[in-house]
Amino acid sequence: MIRWFVGAMAFCALTTAAFAADPIEVRIGYLGRAGIKPTLSLVQQPADNDGVAGARLAIEDNNTTGRFQNQRFSLDEIRLKPQDDPAMAAVSLADRNISFIVADLPAEALLKAADAVKDRGAVLFNAGAPDDSLREADCRGNVIHTAPTRSMLADGVAQYLVWKQWKRWLLVVGSHPEDKLYADALRRAATRFGAKIVQERTFEDTGGARHTDSGVTLIQRQIPVFTQQAPAYDVLVAADESEVFASYLPYRTWDPRPVAGSAGLVPTSWDAAQDQWGAVQMQNRFLKLNARRMTALDMQAWTAARMIGEAASRTSSGDAKTLLGFLKSPDFSIAAFKGQRLTLRDWNLQLRQPVLLVDGRMVVSVSPQEGFLHQVSELDTLGVDRPETKCKLK
Amino acid sequence: MWGRDLVSGMAVWLVACAPAAAVSAYVSNEKSNTVSVIDTDSWTVTATIKVGQRPRGIDFTRDGKFVLVAVGDDDTIEVIDAATRQVVDKLPSGPDPELFVQDAAGKVLYVANENDNTVTIIDLEKRVRTGDVQVGVEPEGMAISPDGKILINTSETTNMAHFIDTATRQIVANVLVDARPRFAEFKRDNSELWVSSEIGGTVSIIDPARRAVTGKITFNIPGLRREAIQPVGIGMTRNGKTAFIALGPANRVAVVDAVSHEVRKYLLVGQRVWHMAFTPDEKYLLVTNGVSNDVSVIDVAAQKVIKSIQVGELPWGITMAQP
Repeated sequence: MIRWFVGAMAFCALTTAAFAADPIEVRIGYLGRAGIKPTLSLVQQPADNDGVAGARLAIEDNNTTGRFQNQRFSLDEIRLKPQDDPAMAAVSLADRNISFIVADLPAEALLKAADAVKDRGAVLFNAGAPDDSLREADCRGNVIHTAPTRSMLADGVAQYLVWKQWKRWLLVVGSHPEDKLYADALRRAATRFGAKIVQERTFEDTGGARHTDSGVTLIQRQIPVFTQQAPAYDVLVAADESEVFASYLPYRTWDPRPVAGSAGLVPTSWDAAQDQWGAVQMQNRFLKLNARRMTALDMQAWTAARMIGEAASRTSSGDAKTLLGFLKSPDFSIAAFKGQRLTLRDWNLQLRQPVLLVDGRMVVSVSPQEGFLHQVSELDTLGVDRPETKCKLK
Repeated sequence: MWGRDLVSGMAVWLVACAPAAAVSAYVSNEKSNTVSVIDTDSWTVTATIKVGQRPRGIDFTRDGKFVLVAVGDDDTIEVIDAATRQVVDKLPSGPDPELFVQDAAGKVLYVANENDNTVTIIDLEKRVRTGDVQVGVEPEGMAISPDGKILINTSETTNMAHFIDTATRQIVANVLVDARPRFAEFKRDNSELWVSSEIGGTVSIIDPARRAVTGKITFNIPGLRREAIQPVGIGMTRNGKTAFIALGPANRVAVVDAVSHEVRKYLLVGQRVWHMAFTPDEKYLLVTNGVSNDVSVIDVAAQKVIKSIQVGELPWGITMAQP
């Protein structure tokens, strides 16, 4: 009886398979960080699903397209607490036969995760780490970067400041390592595009709460004092990824000067105000799905998951090697509401992209600026270019 | 004998001197929320009509009496009476209508709604919505086959041309094209379907019978980087011999031999050229230049730009009553 039943089951399975071809399943992993980094402005406080919300929208978009090609996409999400091992998390995704992992991890954790699944043929999409080192000395053949680098962001804002003839910069740098890395990128940008850093100051993080009941009164006294007696300058450029001081600077400097960098005019891959090149449709779709506005991290994760969908669509395949081969080929490009096709730098697998310059309410401009020319792609005027790269892909 | 000559002479005189019915071009100005009316005899703007928010797709009804304009941010299509130049009605499109196409009889309107991945079907006589077809992400380009049997919709993020059977309203084929397909146009003999890909930078030639891409038109303009060449609007002469393709921020219209698919010439027009319309006699082609806020007039036979006309801000679509 049981044997007959099993036999019938097998027969049913076979006939089903014969009548409708099994859909191609593409499972995508998401490795994110648990916990939210506090920001000075409540408005900029990221949502708990910052990043993964973008990946989820891309899964929806991929599935809408997939309906026409019998392809299905899904997302497996893991959030890492600071004490969790990123290597183990990546391996657990690979164990579920997941070959593509969208990651929002700090640089060191990202490398551990990538190296742990290299032999499994898995590829990571770095959606969250802006470190140039990940695309240079520490580059990996199984890491594709959709996040722009610090040097791309710095070059994006520098081109605009130079175009405005605001060439004398007062550079204020935070005291944390990532603030210093951003300052390195800004110094490099100043040298490349002909700006002059007239003075540098360090804003020490002496600890303390970011939100207090009498904060504004105190800050209004501190910031003018901190910025006084500076040599003549056109614009204050701030490097504060740690959210310690930059947002306090606009309107409070001793001299009436604009602010750029980590506050004021901010370079970014995406902004909720971006409405050009069909972006309104994207913003509306995102708002409908997630009941909030779309951030840069959401966009970087969307782009990563869309790239996988695009590769599956173009190759009519769900095979990891085939998809990766397509992504690395000269045929690959992706449309991401930035007014032009985005492609990968073949020497380090960084996605070329325009940089938006935003003020928190509007998109002020988009770099590369007119007149910054390049023999291959004007997008390569942003960030470290092929002749300067230290990356040897393995 | 003499009398007969006189009569035929009179007829010639009548034809030559009777004022040709003045043809007006209607241009949607996406940012101004207006429609500019251009007189094609004097090449001047003779009227500016206030419409809803974000007017884009625009077309005459087949009887030439009304102009339909999709006002995306108001989620509707407005109906302009061409005689009074007033908005007299609106049509029940879905959210954010962008481009639309009518059947040959002018009875059914098919609308691409960018926001919810659907094509809406509207009965133009009763002015009611009669159905929807689910398509890919961000539907935009719309075309109907000369025999009326197949509706084409292009979806900008799915990157496909969807073939929809107009009788059953079912998708019968999906053809993958290059990134961000914006516009679709059939040859009048149904031998080819052309689809422009804005970000891909190509125009795909599709065989409507095989429903497969058989060739691609690419563009190469010395001194311009590849990313700036973004094909959008397509205009084909009725004899199927010459096509004009608007190349967006390349600020040029490509003149293409529609038989061999070879690009013959690039005409310099205004900035960010997108859509176009022929005068009914096909002597002139008018193209909208979004960033320079003007319309360029191309002499079709001479393949030369002869004039530009200032209109509202960010001119998008253009239409003229066709015979």
